[in-house]
Amino acid sequence: MNASVPITERDAGRASASAELAVTATKPRLRHSAAVRVTHWLTTVAFLALLLTGGEIVLSHPRFYWGETGNVNMRPWLNLHLPSSRDTVPTGYGYVLPDQNGWSRYLHFEAAWLAVGTGLFYLLYGLFSGHFRRNLLPASSDLSLKALAASSVKHLRFARPGPDEAWSYNVLQRLTYLAVIFVLFPLMIWTGLAMSFGFDAAFPLGVRLLGGHQTARSLHFLVTILLVVFLLVHVVMIFVAGFRDRMRAMIAGRMEPVGTAASPALSPAEGAVRRAMLDSSATPAED
Amino acid sequence: MSEISRRKLITGGLAVAAGASGLAVAARLARRGGLIPPDAGVRYGAGETLTYAAHRVLGQHAMAREFPRSAISTNPFANEVDPLGDEFKRLQAVNFVDWRLTVDGMAARPRSFSVAEIKSFPTNSHITMIGCEEGWTYIAEWTGVPLSYILDRVGALPQVRYVVYRSIQPDWWESIDMADALHPQTLVAHRMNGGELPVPFGGPLRLRVPRQLGYKSVKYITHLTLTDNLKSFGKGTGGANSDGGYAWYAGI
Repeated sequence: MNASVPITERDAGRASASAELAVTATKPRLRHSAAVRVTHWLTTVAFLALLLTGGEIVLSHPRFYWGETGNVNMRPWLNLHLPSSRDTVPTGYGYVLPDQNGWSRYLHFEAAWLAVGTGLFYLLYGLFSGHFRRNLLPASSDLSLKALAASSVKHLRFARPGPDEAWSYNVLQRLTYLAVIFVLFPLMIWTGLAMSFGFDAAFPLGVRLLGGHQTARSLHFLVTILLVVFLLVHVVMIFVAGFRDRMRAMIAGRMEPVGTAASPALSPAEGAVRRAMLDSSATPAED
Repeated sequence: MSEISRRKLITGGLAVAAGASGLAVAARLARRGGLIPPDAGVRYGAGETLTYAAHRVLGQHAMAREFPRSAISTNPFANEVDPLGDEFKRLQAVNFVDWRLTVDGMAARPRSFSVAEIKSFPTNSHITMIGCEEGWTYIAEWTGVPLSYILDRVGALPQVRYVVYRSIQPDWWESIDMADALHPQTLVAHRMNGGELPVPFGGPLRLRVPRQLGYKSVKYITHLTLTDNLKSFGKGTGGANSDGGYAWYAGI
């Protein structure tokens, strides 16, 4: 979305824009492409399956070590102090949880394949469709300290985003999504693969660069925590921004277009932004 | 509008048809190439199949990482086993002189070996990591006869596809494909860290499969069966672990 249309042009287009507004009001516009929506929900399914089964697997040894080796005869750097599904782990609890590792491991790796397959498709789509460049790469003007601080303050106040923000990600959103997509997910896949003995044999450097088998396991756990924090903030922000609208946009791809009866009356400034959006809607910039 | 949707329908239909026939061809090739694990048909078996096929295509001959002597764990953990039975204790009392490893199935010269005989065969050693599916690991030096040497001695037939191995413990057995059975690091291990293989770690004989998780390195082995089909063993998924809900291929 491009809001920097010159004033004069906006004014000139005011009449036709209002006419267009009436037309578009009956025809909701595309917010997210089908590729983004499908990969988003496939990733959601895979992530929740991985999280649940990963949690079950951790319960069979809820202790973490650095380096290559670690077992109950060694000191962990992190002991979750949770009950375990194995009686060989000294937990301090007087009971042992049922063993769920069989199906958990099967499903964990099946969901991992789904996540990786979806991720590869999304990566190719994002590169070739311009999705990354257009929707995720922040404008350089947004990366100034002042702009970042302003956006952060807005978020910290849980300020409900204006209608103009419904059509484009703000700078913090862009940076967060980029970090999740290009740092956390790849780290998750790498540390996960590094724990596989078959992968270790075929690509030993993949384990050595991380610092060892147990370090890979610890990092896998730590990145999980970061992803869970992301998920929680992500869902809270959906509620802050308007659950119905955002869910509709990510499921059906469309949103109530601006200026319909459902939306409140527009301030002059908002009106200008929306008209500018309508003007630029001739180019397919919806994602 | 209808022109576009018709075109979309046709190209979409063609893509689906091409994808489906591509999958069918891939499945046939995978079956012929031995890329389908015996537990492919269980729940979540699709993921297992992808993993096994990917590992066999990308790293069939890869060697498990070996470590310097200084990396050997000073505090390895011997995972618990079911209580050892009377027969084991009887054999242990006389230092396993009567322990036999029997090899049968698709072999030209099926026979059994005493522990002394096994120990007289050429050995291989490696300092490798063993890891449990629970997540813990230790590093040790394992010494033993390469399984491929035993297979040679009994004249394994060319159509053998799996080696089934059994513990002295009731209903405890596993199997591996030929990629692992013939792998130079797969050992009938009888020594650990320069000494006799201690009983808690699987002595007198343990099948050591370093490219897979610990549950494939079965302790107290007494019996090898060479076969081209796992259907007639247990529930047909290739091992006591996979019959009990764990993946047959444990390279992940």
